[in-house]
Amino acid sequence: MKQSIIQWFKFGSPQAFYPLAGRMIPWFWAAAAAFGIAGLWISFFVAPTDAQQGEGYRIIFVHVPASWMSMFIYLVMAFWAGLGLALNTRLSGMMAQSLAPTGALMAALSLWTGALWGKPMWGAWWVWDARLTSELILFFLYLGFMALQAAIDDPRRADKAGAILALVGVVNIPIIYFSVKWWNTLHQGSTINLTKAPSMAHTMLWGMLLMALCFWMYSIAVALTRVRAIILERERHTDWVKHAVE
Amino acid sequence: MQWNSAGEFFAMGGYAFYVWGSFGACALLMLAEPFLAKRRLSEVRQSLIRERLADELELQQKTS
Repeated sequence: MKQSIIQWFKFGSPQAFYPLAGRMIPWFWAAAAAFGIAGLWISFFVAPTDAQQGEGYRIIFVHVPASWMSMFIYLVMAFWAGLGLALNTRLSGMMAQSLAPTGALMAALSLWTGALWGKPMWGAWWVWDARLTSELILFFLYLGFMALQAAIDDPRRADKAGAILALVGVVNIPIIYFSVKWWNTLHQGSTINLTKAPSMAHTMLWGMLLMALCFWMYSIAVALTRVRAIILERERHTDWVKHAVE
Repeated sequence: MQWNSAGEFFAMGGYAFYVWGSFGACALLMLAEPFLAKRRLSEVRQSLIRERLADELELQQKTS
């Protein structure tokens, strides 16, 4: 037990985490590619045409994973930010900073694919509906977090300010998630629903889950790549960094 | 499989713009982001290598 705690603290230092992340990145890329190929195959060649929405519903296979990841990445980012605020660990703030652009990208994709889905199905690119509006706020929270951190020169102070913003913004996540239940909105309810026609629901579910896993692995791979850059940028005046690059 | 031809596949039952607009945007951004992240990493690496070479050169000049 004690040994394992020591291990966690060891990899909590940027110096130990930098090479570890480097070794992990190729595996996450490989997993992202494998899940992506399988997910795209199901999305386009296995999942049948929808009875109501025709082929237009296939947007679901990128819309739902992007939306899930936009919310999940925010929670992970807020977790790291909060940990950094509480324990004052160096790596935590770097992790939070590294996750923000990927989260913003996922939120942007969620909004973009949602607009492209909304137009043919609802007749509108955008409506000020609870689900859509709260997702837009999430996108702005990511942008605000990034802008705030970029505006403060001292990285440790930037981490603290960003952490407070990230933690306050967490309240938005349950609002997005439950918005379709709490308010009577245009956005459809939760997609995972196994009570529909079983064969249809199952292939759709599998396609969505595989695509979600692909997005998940992608997010980890790209966030680890970025955190390595952040580690070197922030620790560039330390001795270990001078020896870490060949 | 529900497609009889490649043309039918790309037409997406009349939803081509919306479906390919969604998947295309995802592909574009999800290729651009890793490229930018990798470039950022290699840029900081390059500058660290240059810095070290400069330090070594300075050391050589001092000793010689």
